[in-house]
Amino acid sequence: MCDTCGCNQPDGAVTITKIGEKNHDHSHGIGDKTHTHQSPASHHVHTVTMEEDILLKNNLTAERNRGYLEAKNILTLNLVSSPGSGKTSILERTLKDLKSEMEFYVIEGDQQTSRDAERIDTTGVPVVQVNTGTGCHLDSTMIRTAIGKLNPNDHSVLLIENVGNLVCPALFDLGETLKVVIISTTEGDDKPLKYPTMFSAADICIINKTDLLPYVEFDMGLCQKNALKVNHHLEFFQISATNGNGLEKWYDWIRSQVPVG
Amino acid sequence: MHEMTIAMNVVDAVIKRAQENHALYVTSIELEIGELAGILNDSLLFCFDSVCKNTIAESCKLNIHSVPAIGKCHHCEITFTVESLFAFCPDCSQFQVLIVSGKELKIKSFNYE
Ligand SMILES: Nc1nc2c(ncn2[C@@H]2O[C@H](COP(=O)(O)OP(=O)(O)O)[C@@H](O)[C@H]2O)c(=O)[nH]1
Ligand SMILES: [Mg+2]
Ligand SMILES: [Zn+2]
Repeated sequence: MCDTCGCNQPDGAVTITKIGEKNHDHSHGIGDKTHTHQSPASHHVHTVTMEEDILLKNNLTAERNRGYLEAKNILTLNLVSSPGSGKTSILERTLKDLKSEMEFYVIEGDQQTSRDAERIDTTGVPVVQVNTGTGCHLDSTMIRTAIGKLNPNDHSVLLIENVGNLVCPALFDLGETLKVVIISTTEGDDKPLKYPTMFSAADICIINKTDLLPYVEFDMGLCQKNALKVNHHLEFFQISATNGNGLEKWYDWIRSQVPVG
Repeated sequence: MHEMTIAMNVVDAVIKRAQENHALYVTSIELEIGELAGILNDSLLFCFDSVCKNTIAESCKLNIHSVPAIGKCHHCEITFTVESLFAFCPDCSQFQVLIVSGKELKIKSFNYE
């Protein structure tokens, strides 16, 4: 039961909320599936050929998002990582340092809480929280609804923090310009070997928490070499969201990607 | 677990088409899944059964046909079968390999009565 409108939402349903607003909406599940078995008069077997991509629905909506965002010259980054790699910290820092130069919007994906969205809200940047419930990734329909709530201006930057998970988000195109995979130095340099699908889907790889390099066993060269084996187009940034090392290069890259208005 | 979403997508799409054909039951579904698509077949089968409950696809059979992964070397332009995304070219040993097949996620067909 949804405690805002009282509709009959199953536990784990999706909710999408603009921070600072009271209204909400949610998408309902896959529809009414109840039926009764009539005893069929005949038992003819028929075959229907489909030849259809399983993710067709998601891919179509993603392309629709992409078309909208491209037409408005909005740079859209889909940030993916394991929980705790530093997605929210990198967002907070980037917003604080760059919001005077360009206009930002944020979509925060999380299964249950709106803690990250509240952290972003303190920067003053418009943010929409998508709670995926039991869902382990954002999909293009959630992003479509969230974009509708943000109503972003042309020539801006939309940053999407995906649900903390390196497996599922790899399969779901949101309509982003680029996918950014984030790992931190505490996670081991073999991360690309463990999650090849995500590293092959990403365009950019941020290696965060470089301030901890003296204390952890992490071979930067080996990690990058492993990642390049699955994806030879991957571009790297080594940063520390805590002490700010390497951020200038990351910012220069964002500046270079923003379509000038 | 994205296998749940995959299962829901399959069942939704098939039931929609089946209803257009006035089907009483869906009896089997054929999928083509690439070896490198990132899908665990056991997990997909498990999710599929629970998604089918109380639908016209209840107790329908899911047949998963896996599609072998093929890579193409960026330099030599030769194609070869690959076992993982960490594929290197058997000729020049470089890792600049484009996966040309093996990432498929496709509903081939289904049977109904
Ligand atoms: N030492 C260090 N800690 C960091 C850095 N970036 C983030 N953290 C910490 O890592 C934890 C998880 O960060 P968070 O941004 O919430 O990760 P998320 O789950 O990917 O959004 C927090 O305690 C952060 O303070 C960094 O560059 N260096
Ligand atoms: Mg976070
Ligand atoms: Zn070669």
